[in-house]
Amino acid sequence: MTHILKPQFRHPNLRTNSVGLTRRDYEGVISTLCAGCGHDSVTAAIVEACFEMEIPAHRVAKMSGIGCSSKTTNYFLNRSHGFNSVHGRMPSVATGANLANRDLVYLGVSGDGDTASIGMGQFCHAVRRRVNMLYICENNGTYGLTKGQFSATNDRASRNRKGMETPFDSIDLCNMAIELGAGFVARAFSGDKAQLVPLIKAGLHYRGFALIDVISPCVTFNNHATSTKSYDYVRHHNQMVGRLDLVPEQEEITAEYAPGTSTDVTLHDGAQMRLSKLDISYDPTDAETALPVLERYKRKGEIATGILYLDDREQDLHDLIGTTTKPLNEVDADTLCPGSDALAAINDAHR
Amino acid sequence: MEKTDISDPSYFHKVVDCQWACPAHTPVPAYIRLIAHGRYTEAFMINWESNVFPGILGRTCDRPCEPACRRGRIEEKPVAICRLKRVAADNRGPVDHLMPAIPTVKNGKRVALIGAGPASLTVARDLMPLGYDVTLIERDPQGGGLMRKNIPSFRLPVAVLDEEVGRVLDMGLTTRFGAEVTSMKSVLDEGFDAVFVGTGAPRGKDLRAPGRDEAAANIHIGTDFLSSVAFKHIETIGKRVVVIGGGNTAMDCCRTALRLGAESVTVTVRSPCEDMKASDWEIEDAEREGIPILDNHSPKEFVVEDGKLTAVVFERMRAEYTDGRRKLIPTGEPDVVVECDDVLMAVGQENAFPWIERDIGIEFNEWEQPQVDKDTFQSTRPGVFFGGDAAWGPENIIWAVAHGHQAAISIDLHCQGEDLMRRPAPHVNLASQKMGIHEWAYDNDISNDKRRIVPHVDPALSLRDLSMEVELGFDAQQAVDEAMRCLNCDIQTVFSDNLCIECDACMDICPVDCINFTQNADEPDLREDLRVPAMNHEQALYVSGDLNTGRVMVKDEDVCLHCGLCAERCPTGAWDMQKFLFVDAKALPIPPQEQSDAA
Ligand SMILES: Cc1cc2nc3c(=O)[nH]c(=O)nc-3n(C[C@H](O)[C@H](O)[C@H](O)COP(=O)(O)OP(=O)(O)OC[C@H]3O[C@@H](n4cnc5c(N)ncnc54)[C@H](O)[C@@H]3O)c2cc1C
Ligand SMILES: Cc1ncc(C[n+]2csc(CCOP(=O)(O)OP(=O)(O)O)c2C)c(N)n1
Ligand code: SF4
Ligand code: SF4
Ligand code: SF4
Ligand SMILES: [Mg+2]
Repeated sequence: MTHILKPQFRHPNLRTNSVGLTRRDYEGVISTLCAGCGHDSVTAAIVEACFEMEIPAHRVAKMSGIGCSSKTTNYFLNRSHGFNSVHGRMPSVATGANLANRDLVYLGVSGDGDTASIGMGQFCHAVRRRVNMLYICENNGTYGLTKGQFSATNDRASRNRKGMETPFDSIDLCNMAIELGAGFVARAFSGDKAQLVPLIKAGLHYRGFALIDVISPCVTFNNHATSTKSYDYVRHHNQMVGRLDLVPEQEEITAEYAPGTSTDVTLHDGAQMRLSKLDISYDPTDAETALPVLERYKRKGEIATGILYLDDREQDLHDLIGTTTKPLNEVDADTLCPGSDALAAINDAHR
Repeated sequence: MEKTDISDPSYFHKVVDCQWACPAHTPVPAYIRLIAHGRYTEAFMINWESNVFPGILGRTCDRPCEPACRRGRIEEKPVAICRLKRVAADNRGPVDHLMPAIPTVKNGKRVALIGAGPASLTVARDLMPLGYDVTLIERDPQGGGLMRKNIPSFRLPVAVLDEEVGRVLDMGLTTRFGAEVTSMKSVLDEGFDAVFVGTGAPRGKDLRAPGRDEAAANIHIGTDFLSSVAFKHIETIGKRVVVIGGGNTAMDCCRTALRLGAESVTVTVRSPCEDMKASDWEIEDAEREGIPILDNHSPKEFVVEDGKLTAVVFERMRAEYTDGRRKLIPTGEPDVVVECDDVLMAVGQENAFPWIERDIGIEFNEWEQPQVDKDTFQSTRPGVFFGGDAAWGPENIIWAVAHGHQAAISIDLHCQGEDLMRRPAPHVNLASQKMGIHEWAYDNDISNDKRRIVPHVDPALSLRDLSMEVELGFDAQQAVDEAMRCLNCDIQTVFSDNLCIECDACMDICPVDCINFTQNADEPDLREDLRVPAMNHEQALYVSGDLNTGRVMVKDEDVCLHCGLCAERCPTGAWDMQKFLFVDAKALPIPPQEQSDAA
């Protein structure tokens, strides 16, 4: 662990955004993760995305569970709200928080252990309920924090450092999320920020449940030659199927693409995205055809990355259950608590 | 771009901005670290080895290192390098036992040095330990050159000067003080194996204007005036003094006049203030003492009444710049009359050699300047060398020292019958600073402090005493605080491309966005493409060989803090922090360098 504070000095020519901040203003405390951990790159990508989006830090709620990955919410946006929940319980806490205050931007960071083992049920229901949040799973195929046990996303073919095999098949969080009704599903690699940063931005813009499964190598416990989540393996088996570009606000979409290979989507908040197909058989807007293709990649040992699924209806939990349009802290006390007469009236209606 | 060749000593040397900028290539960060640890004696010795006069230079150096200092590119002010040097000199312990031994049996070669300024003294310092028989010939009664006669004692106490000049003289040179050389031929006739001319640029320039001759009794050439004060031939001056000129000599003249009892002193400069030649800090010191500087004032006439100077008339000027060249044009405003009793003329100096015969093989150019080789310092007559201000006109002490080192190398090669162009290589060394996983042999925590200001004595006291040193120097705590501002630019980031797994950890952590993983390209494109474009073309790009993904690592050296975080975050040790030691070659054998943990 690094003992010094990260120096405050920054490059004198570092770019500023229109609110006068630099990328470094979106950082948190210095990471205590192992040197070279993929999670730190994801943190850097989040910082970059927030800087480019000029997100006001006080409008963000960072949610996480337990694990090396879950620790990272401390390493960015140190002026945001944050909640570090019990292991695997982040989706429920995020759901509750979101119901109470729908106006914040919810950014959940979890790990494959936190999500696909202890938190599996929680995760499934948050997806199913379409909680409006970006859920980033920093997936390294292992329980990093507890010293390298196999996680549920570890591939059958992937042995641990000592050569031990796992008898179980891996859970694919993306497939699962598509099936359960997530509106935005993507997979990325921590070592490719050119791909990851636009995905994070789009996921933050998206209304509804957005998942990015980021393959994020654990250098300490899962970066050996027989791992399918090592830097080398991911680099050699990375197949981008759908590319997502965010179109800057001021610019119109003018570039010409071959017909049928790209789709332009305007999100509820006006953000414009362009999806380009890199695999012609793959259509990220159609879950039915997409799932078998993803399965095929997986069986070949390839990692399909990019935007995997997008539902442009952008529905979220509040739409589905018809909650109040305001955050609860803006609803006055009388409305929040209509009193015993109102309760009696409701009870009467059920008699 | 090609992969950077870090085995070329100049690559890392250039990264150490201060050392690269120092004419004598003093290993600055090494001694700054020693000062931070209170190891003043070692810090002094590093300086003495490189620049011979740490106490003198710690007060008076022109400090080309400071504008070059990397710290000045990440915040307002560079490290106070020069004043830290003084701390080492002022607080050191005994050093006599650390001085090189002087052979009692000489090597049989005799060398004459003409002039006893810093250039000649450096030659002597470098040659004496090799067994040369050195004769120093000086017009003045004491050694030191302009350091003694022109730099006022309120900037450079005589005791400091005596000590550091004495340290060289004590090596056992033969000295002939009070012996002006009036014929080079006669020196050559004495049969020396080599002669070094270190006579400086002794002639102060004059300025012709109506009334100049009539007022001669009250118009003094600045450098002559300062010498006369130094040697106590002048002890008073008129009540109202005008100093003409905007260089450091003018600043020394005006402050000296004030201390001799002048009631009003005015400095006048032809050009705008921004163009003044004097160092900023010297101007500040003069202004702090309440001396007004009138800029854009060009002397037009000396007014003489009843045979005595009464005033100087100035024409108002303004500067116009075309293609970067300045022209001073009269504004047409009414002339300015400044009444005065004495004028000090500080408008420049030149070297002059009326005493060198023109038929002895020493060629001079059309401006009567000797032809001197830039690398060997040899004149057109083999065995006759020039250095310091005598070679190419007025510079400063540290350049005189640097010339002296090079001339000494040449003299040694010449006397040993070797080719002067076969210059010895510098001594270089790279040593890992890794002590533990995240522990380094140097303090990599970066101080956010602003530059410390050197305290001054109360002006009420110093303005009354010509020899009272104005600057007090840093105390121990101030020195530590200031030393901690140094970025340790000699602790190099060394990259091994074969170890890199391209995890981006170093790029992500780097506080100043030095590190990039990108497609290789030609230098101009590469500079544009970096995370923060590398627009400081003086600073190198460190480019790796091809990595596994076909990309390269490109580090812009410009504002690297040498914080070591890249190496701390690297899982494979592809980055390492390594101390780069560069000691320029000298005739004097390089003493074994201490591999101490602090330096
Ligand atoms: C007013 C003033 C202030 C300065 N302040 C600074 C400063 O703060 N910092 C700085 O770095 N530099 C300063 N300088 C410049 C610096 O002093 C010189 O650049 C430096 O001393 C040059 O060294 P040198 O060895 O070449 O010659 P000098 O120091 O000039 O020494 C030459 C010596 O040769 C002797 N000599 C000359 N002719 C003969 C002869 N024919 N026979 C015998 N002896 C002879 C002279 O008497 C003199 O002692 C200043 C200069 C002036 C004029
Ligand atoms: C209730 C509970 N059970 C078990 C643990 C032990 N534990 C801590 S972190 C962790 C796994 C974390 O794995 P993952 O989410 O993949 O995070 P990583 O460290 O790999 O980033 C486990 C099992 C715990 N902290 N709490
Ligand atoms: S154990 Fe693995 S996941 Fe945890 S910090 Fe280290 S490298 Fe990252
Ligand atoms: S920061 Fe230190 S090492 Fe770097 S240039 Fe300045 S004084 Fe020299
Ligand atoms: S030492 Fe490394 S991390 Fe620190 S500023 Fe330099 S390149 Fe960046
Ligand atoms: Mg994990």
